[in-house]
Amino acid sequence: MNDSIDVMVNGEPRMVARGATLLELLRSLELDPRAVVVEHNRAIVRRPRLGDVTVAAGDAIELVHFVGGG
Amino acid sequence: MTIAVDTVRDTPFVVGGRTLHSRLMVGTGKYRDNETMARAIEAAGAEVVTVAVRRVDLDRSKETGILHHLDPNRYFLLANTAGCFTADDAVRYARLAREAGFNEFVKLEVIGDQETLLPDVQGLLDAARTLVKDGFKVLAYTNEDLVTALRLEDAGCAAVMPLASPIGSGLGLLNPYGVRTIKRRLTVPVVVDAGVGTASDACVTMEQGVDGILMNTALAAARDPVGMAHAMRLAVEAGRTAYLAGRMPKREVAVPSSPLEGMLD
Repeated sequence: MNDSIDVMVNGEPRMVARGATLLELLRSLELDPRAVVVEHNRAIVRRPRLGDVTVAAGDAIELVHFVGGG
Repeated sequence: MTIAVDTVRDTPFVVGGRTLHSRLMVGTGKYRDNETMARAIEAAGAEVVTVAVRRVDLDRSKETGILHHLDPNRYFLLANTAGCFTADDAVRYARLAREAGFNEFVKLEVIGDQETLLPDVQGLLDAARTLVKDGFKVLAYTNEDLVTALRLEDAGCAAVMPLASPIGSGLGLLNPYGVRTIKRRLTVPVVVDAGVGTASDACVTMEQGVDGILMNTALAAARDPVGMAHAMRLAVEAGRTAYLAGRMPKREVAVPSSPLEGMLD
């Protein structure tokens, strides 16, 4: 059994470890969980729950933050 | 220089239950660098500062996050739904913005046309109703159409934001009558958003009696954004004060300012 799965992160394919949580995904991307908002298959996952949600193959994950805008 | 003006007393500017201390709101897009942006916002004296929601750059090729340069304790961050062309997208962006954890206010944009960035009023009303029901304080970017503005107020929006002219155009206030009429008919605050190009535009806009102005490109694209921000601050104050003071009536003929009596033979 393969140790990694394919997911989409911000519209791009990425390999993550099988069984990884969203919090672990953020860590692997060197992102501070306090500085991003996570959307998992179109549902927002609140910060305290990031360690509870496991990523599955084919999941769509969006990581967003505030940028300059009018 | 400060002159005590006893006769001109302004009413508080309250949006969604929050009292605001500046009638000039500013955006954070398109500045040449973040230091210039921070100095311009300070020179504008703005309290409400808009931001957009976008994907994090995973490659770190550029640092796009804005919060390192804006103190959320000092400024009231107003997230927008810029770039959204459907009600569903706008609702999605608004919810992501709220999750960032600052407040439940959103500047709602639902765009209907790529070239003019004019609003899709049907999508705007749909999104406004959904977001109000979801507990948001919605500030709705719209055109200067009275009936749409009335519908947005009925939908429960905290403020209605008619444009002066298209976003980023700098064409100034194209329809003073439309904006004035919206202000006259609505109970919720009216904040003109988009199209102001220079200080005179801001002054004329405030003279229509609207509660405030939101601008971005007029500052960011000025040769000297900090200088323009200062000019805009003065212009918004001047226009507001002139509105409160009440302008003289316009006449088609001259009326002499000097006495007609006492002229020499």
